[in-house]
Amino acid sequence: MFMRGLKRKCFDGEEDIEGTLAGIKAIPSYNLQRQSLLDMSLVKLQLCHMLVEPNLCRSVLIANTVRQIQEEMTQDGTWQMINTQSTGQASLDRLVSTDILCRSSRDQAEGKHVPAYSTFNKDFESDQAQDSSETMSTASSVQAPRNLQSNVWEMENPQENKGNFQKSLDQIFETLENKSPNSVEDLFSEVDNSYYDLDTMLTGMMSNTKMGHCDSLETFSSPTNTASNSNCKSDLNDLDHIVEILVES
Amino acid sequence: ADIISTVEFNYTGDLLATGDKGGRVVIFQREQETKSRPLSRGEYNVYSTFQSHEPEFDYLKSLEIEEKINKIRWLPQQNAAHFLLSTNDKTIKLWKISERDKRAEGYNLKDEDGRLREPFRVTELRVPTLKPMDLMVEATPRRVFANAHTYHINSISVNSDYATYLSADDLRINLWHLEVTNRSFNIVDIKPANMEELTEVITAAEFHPNSCSTFVYSSSKGTIRLCDMRSSALCDQHSKFFEEPEDPSSRSFFSEIISSISDVKFSHSGRYMMTRDYLSVKVWDLNMENRPVETYQVHEYLRSKLCSLYENDCIFDKFECCWNGTDSTIMTGSYNNFFRTFERETHRDITLEASRESSKPRAILKPRKVCTTGKRKKDEITVDSLDFNKKILHTAWHPMENIIAVAATNNLYLFQEKVN
Repeated sequence: MFMRGLKRKCFDGEEDIEGTLAGIKAIPSYNLQRQSLLDMSLVKLQLCHMLVEPNLCRSVLIANTVRQIQEEMTQDGTWQMINTQSTGQASLDRLVSTDILCRSSRDQAEGKHVPAYSTFNKDFESDQAQDSSETMSTASSVQAPRNLQSNVWEMENPQENKGNFQKSLDQIFETLENKSPNSVEDLFSEVDNSYYDLDTMLTGMMSNTKMGHCDSLETFSSPTNTASNSNCKSDLNDLDHIVEILVES
Repeated sequence: ADIISTVEFNYTGDLLATGDKGGRVVIFQREQETKSRPLSRGEYNVYSTFQSHEPEFDYLKSLEIEEKINKIRWLPQQNAAHFLLSTNDKTIKLWKISERDKRAEGYNLKDEDGRLREPFRVTELRVPTLKPMDLMVEATPRRVFANAHTYHINSISVNSDYATYLSADDLRINLWHLEVTNRSFNIVDIKPANMEELTEVITAAEFHPNSCSTFVYSSSKGTIRLCDMRSSALCDQHSKFFEEPEDPSSRSFFSEIISSISDVKFSHSGRYMMTRDYLSVKVWDLNMENRPVETYQVHEYLRSKLCSLYENDCIFDKFECCWNGTDSTIMTGSYNNFFRTFERETHRDITLEASRESSKPRAILKPRKVCTTGKRKKDEITVDSLDFNKKILHTAWHPMENIIAVAATNNLYLFQEKVN
C-alpha cells in the first residue's frame, strides 16, 4: 500500500519500513498537501451550478487561494501540472487519502529543493507545531535519495503552464460574469482534459455539495458531451449545433 | 417547514419576522400579559404568514433566481400598520401588514353576501355601520424595487431618516427612496473594468443608526470601509478604513478566506460596530481604524480543521452576529446547533445549544463545552463529534429585553432570561 522503494528515515534509523506499516501514520509532505489543495480548489471553481448563479464571493475567495498557491509554487520552482488522481472519499478529518500517498514514481521526484517552511504550520491538521517540523525533516531527508531518480522528473515548462493556468482562471471569471449557454464548453475546450479525470476525482469531493443541477460534470470528461438535465440548455446546444451545420454547408 | 434564512425583531420587539428558503415570511407576535393567562407572557405566536418572493427565471442568462429571503428589515412604526422590507437575490419588496377587526354592514347597493341589489328594492338610504369581526391580518406588497442589481443582494439597511434605504450586492451598493421604485442611486461600485482582476467583493453593508449620511460596508478581504454620502455622490473613496494587520505567525492558505467578514452590525449607540469572520467576532471603535478594541474567539478549535472545512465548503458559511439592547452583550452562532454569547464588561461567555432534546419548554438551558484538549471531561463534546450540518447562522436579540431568537436550520427557538 505504501510507495514502493521509498526509503523513509524514521527516528529510529534507516529502515525500509515497507513491511511495518501497520502502526505508522503517513503524514503527507507539504508539497503534496499544497497540490491537493490546488486540485480541490480548481475543481470547486469549475463546478458551476447550471441553473442557479454561482456564488461570486465563494468563487473569488477560491480563485484568490488558487492564485496564492500558484504564486508560491512559482517561487518554489515546483510549478507543474501533474496528472492527478482523485483524493477519494475524504472524511471530515482527513485531508488526504492514502490514494495520493500511493501515487507513482513521479511524485518521488517532487521537490528537489526544500524551501523554507517557516510559515507552514497548523492548518494541515497537525495539532502541534512540533509535528509539522518533524514532518519537514522527515520529508526533506526522504527527498535527498530521490534526486537520483532524476529521469523520472516530469517538469514541464513552468511558464507555459502558468500561462495555461491563468487562461483557465480568466475563463472561469468570464463565465461567472456572463453565463452563456456554451460557457462550460468554452471553459474546457482549451484545457488539457487529462488533468480532470472527473469520475474518480469528484465522487468523494462533492459528496457534500449540491449535485442536483450539476450535469456539467459530464462535460469534464469530454467537452463535446452536452448532456444536461436542463431542457433549456440542451435546446440551446442543439441550436448551436444546427447553426454550425448551416454555416458549414 | 423550510430552512430559515433570516430572523429580525421589529423596533419594539413585539413582532418577530422570519424569512425562509421558500420565499415565505412568517411573523410572530408577542402575547400580551393577561390575568387569565399569566404564564403566557413572552410567548410568541404566529401573527401572519405570506409568500414574499416567488422563484423567477432570468431568460437572458438562462438562470433561476432563487426565492430565498436573504434579509428582512423592519421600518419604524408610524401608524397602525407595520411595514417591512424583504429581499431575495435580486428584488426588494416593501410589505404592509395591517389588521382588520371590523367590517362594514348595511350597504345600500349590495347584499350582505355581496350581490348587487335590484334598484327598485332600494326604498331608503341607510348609513353602513361598522361591526366587529374576527381579527384578520393582511399582508400587501406596497412597493417592488426591482432590476437594480446584477449580482446577489446580501444586505439591506434602513436609514435613520426613515425615508431611504440601501441595498448591497457583491459589487455595488444602491440607495433607494421608499416612495420611488423606478430609480435608485448607485453609491458604491467596486466592479473592476476587467472582471478578471476581481479579487474582492462586498459582503455586508449597514447604515449608521444615528447619522443618516454614514454607512459601512465589509469585504471578503476582512476590511470595513466607512463612507459619508456628503463627501461625494459616488462613495468609492472611503472616509475610514478599518483593517486589523495580519498576524504573520498564523498565516496560511486559508487566511484570506477566514478573514472574510460575513456580517457587520453597528451598536445601538452608534459608537461601535461588530464584525463576524469565520472564527471570531470583533468589536471596533469607530474612532480607531487600525485594530478592533475587542476580539472574541467563537470556535478557535476549528483552526486546525480548516482544510476539511474548506473541502466540505463549511468554511464559506456566513454567520451573523447581533447586539443586545444595551450593547453589553453580543451573540453569534456556531456548529452543532451551538450559539455563543459574550458579555463585554465581565468577559464572561457561554455556549448554549438550540435543539429539541435540550430545550423542553420552560427548562433552563445547560451550558455546553467543546473539548479542545485530549482528555474529554464528562458532558463535553469533542470537535470530531460536532455536526457541521447543524449550523446556527441567524440569531436576533430583542431590542429591550433579554429574549433571543435562534434559527436552527428549519426550526426557530425563542429563549428568555429567567426572571425569578
